[in-house]
Amino acid sequence: MTLPVSSLQISGLNAWYGPAHILSDVAFDVGAGEVVALLGRNGAGKSTTLRAIMGLVPRRTGTVVFAGEDISALPPYAIARRGLGYVPEDRRIFTELTVEENLEVGRQPPRPGVATWRPEQLYALFPNLGEMRRRQGGRMSGGEQQMLTIARTLMGNPSLVLLDEPSEGLAPRIVEQMADAILAMRQQGLSVLLSEQNLHFARLIANRVHIIEKGRIRFSGTLAELEAQPDVRDAYLAV
Amino acid sequence: MDIILAQASFVFIQALGGLASAASLFLVASGLSIIFGVTRITNFAHGAFYMLGAYVAFTLTDRFGGAFGFWGSLLLAALIVAALGALMEMALLRRIYHVPELFQLLATFGVTLMVQDLVVMAWGPDDLMGPRAPGFRGAVEILGHRVPSYDFLLMALGPAVLGLLWLLFHRTRWGVLVRAATQDRDMVAALGVNQKWLFTSVFALGIFLAALGGALQIPRTTVTHGMDLSILVEAFVVVVIGGLGSVTGAFLAAVLVSELNAFGILLLPKISLVLVFLVMAVVLVLRPWGLLGKPFTAARQAAGISVRPWQPFSPAERALAAGAILAASALPFLVGDYGLTVGSEICIFVLFAASLHFIMTVGGLDSFGHAAYFGLGAYGAAFLTVLAGLPMEAALIAGPLLALAGAALFGWFSVRLSGVYFAMLTLAFAQITWSIAFQWVEVTGGDNGMLGVWPADWAAGARGFYWLSLGVAVAGVAALRALVFSPFGYALRAARDSALRAEAIGLDRARLQWLAFIVAGTFAGLAGALQAFLKGSVFPDFLGIPVSVDGLVMVLLGGVETVSGAVAGAVVYKALAIWLMSRTDLSRLVLGSAIVAIVLLFPRGIVGFVEDARDRYLPALLRGRGRSSGRETAP
Repeated sequence: MTLPVSSLQISGLNAWYGPAHILSDVAFDVGAGEVVALLGRNGAGKSTTLRAIMGLVPRRTGTVVFAGEDISALPPYAIARRGLGYVPEDRRIFTELTVEENLEVGRQPPRPGVATWRPEQLYALFPNLGEMRRRQGGRMSGGEQQMLTIARTLMGNPSLVLLDEPSEGLAPRIVEQMADAILAMRQQGLSVLLSEQNLHFARLIANRVHIIEKGRIRFSGTLAELEAQPDVRDAYLAV
Repeated sequence: MDIILAQASFVFIQALGGLASAASLFLVASGLSIIFGVTRITNFAHGAFYMLGAYVAFTLTDRFGGAFGFWGSLLLAALIVAALGALMEMALLRRIYHVPELFQLLATFGVTLMVQDLVVMAWGPDDLMGPRAPGFRGAVEILGHRVPSYDFLLMALGPAVLGLLWLLFHRTRWGVLVRAATQDRDMVAALGVNQKWLFTSVFALGIFLAALGGALQIPRTTVTHGMDLSILVEAFVVVVIGGLGSVTGAFLAAVLVSELNAFGILLLPKISLVLVFLVMAVVLVLRPWGLLGKPFTAARQAAGISVRPWQPFSPAERALAAGAILAASALPFLVGDYGLTVGSEICIFVLFAASLHFIMTVGGLDSFGHAAYFGLGAYGAAFLTVLAGLPMEAALIAGPLLALAGAALFGWFSVRLSGVYFAMLTLAFAQITWSIAFQWVEVTGGDNGMLGVWPADWAAGARGFYWLSLGVAVAGVAALRALVFSPFGYALRAARDSALRAEAIGLDRARLQWLAFIVAGTFAGLAGALQAFLKGSVFPDFLGIPVSVDGLVMVLLGGVETVSGAVAGAVVYKALAIWLMSRTDLSRLVLGSAIVAIVLLFPRGIVGFVEDARDRYLPALLRGRGRSSGRETAP
């Protein structure tokens, strides 16, 4: 049996902002080549979970194992260099930099066994970006910025991408493009963990879902299993 | 006709001189700007590295002759000093990136003090004359004036360096990463970039530019151990006028400032010293982010200030404070007149530091020009006693009103800005006030100051004056403390922690902060008035940058996250400074090292450290009421 190229196992993850205890013993996993959705309402702890995995919250405990290695104690840059890509909820593109330059910031050396992304491939994946290579990030629409932030993370040749609410605030047509892009990423062998409020979007792309509420995982299973339990869905998700 | 021609040519020559001066200023300022942009460090030691660049270049050019030796020496000097700068970043600043930003300023200020003494130790106290630049020894005659050919080299160098920096920042991966980190360094880290080395390399580049600016000066001017502070202030002005983080802005502003200096002395000699600051104030009022700057988001506003909720004194702490005051008032029975004079000065600076502490911590506004109100209070008291013949008591009450008026005027403009821009505008206003005192000789006596500001008979002795100072300081600090825990204080802290939310619940942020600024200025003025009577005289120095910096150091030493930390900071700093001055010739080296050590050991200030220790080691039972709840209780 070969070891999976990428898989994420999280156990006993706790996180705090100041005195506020945000995550309590969060545990779940993402298999190699899987698209997993972390579902929950506003303020349930989705973004904090992703930030805690990346080492971006001030205080946390628990174990995060990525591709067989414990990365819990690593600084964010070292986590990113091991092939864990992060796309933040608020996009955080560099508004002063052009599209090309934004991509350059994300560039990392090729990684064995993982798809290598070049700007040309990303322009093919997101045709809008290809038409505005020299445009400053601050002069792009919200949807274009969302594409850029994903493309920028892919430049790091990650084996797993953490996507924080990629469909938030986007027009339906752009949301479909996002879904296509995520499916294309999966075809390249990437694993994806995305946080989402929108069950409809998760249905388009996810294999499995975890539901988080008040900082605790309340449900883990396949989409079909979730559909079979409407009470769970109604209790934890805004439908 | 001839006269007009002669004047036109003279103006042209003067403009050329200004352009030549702009080169070094641009190098220093762009380095400062780049460092600030990425690391958010206000590098107070930047002038020290500029000075080191000049000194090291002097030594190297002395050793290596010839054209190759000379130019190689300048470059090597800049590289050596850049390595020193990188060393400082790795050994000192890396440890304190997580603490409130002003602490880094304090640490670099400590380094500046150390370098000042080290330079005198290594190169002696005398001014040094460097060699002329080989190949640029002569002068070129233009329109009947002789312009040094070296000036033309410098004129060309400015734009050349600007071009090279542009290429570096736009055509290399390193430059793109630096520009990205200037906007959002956490995101850059999340994309796999090791910020540690990015910061160090940016710091080294900035210091390299400063040191090169210093090295390039040696064929033009003498190398002196006072050149660090003068360039530092000018470089700050340039960076702020140009816009923080903008290299092109720094270039434009360097040219503007140098030309203002070149022409100001000719056209407006009366206000030549203030012209640059006047222009900076106007620029900041019209364009709050400088000529080419963009509003930048503070990394984290008021980081950590709310970690330990502020509380009024518990009964035990009140008893402790009363005991301390009682002990302080017994000082006249223990020490002689000299000790009491020192004691009076410490009391005065306790009040001054407490007033600055108030505007910085409760108001959330870091003033770099608090000396203005200290000095205005002193001059106010001097005017009333010397010119109007009023007694001391009346002058002590009415003198600070001048500070109040100054704070009302300057504060109205300043509170419209925030962060470093606020700091720089307050600095500009302080410098404007200083130059009025310095240049309006008919009224203020200029550099000679105003003499004969004598206290009333009952306070003329060292004992009487000490008790007066102690009484005023205690009353002042108590009043400021009471304000912290008043509705006004709560509203101020709300505006500090979240301006938007405070305004959403109906608080007028600008007005609140303006009032706080006036309060702080008035108490500083009271301290200044006392100082005038302690010294019997008033000088423009009272308004100078060193006084403002002393105040900042006291506040930071005490701890910005505390309610009254400035009191401890002022006592420790002032006593240490006076004691060191009397004990050693290397007082700045020792003081600077002490500041650096304190920053490293007590990054939360002295009082913050004591509070940490108390909360860690004292069992909850001994702490008095409600402290363990972690929530602020109403007083």
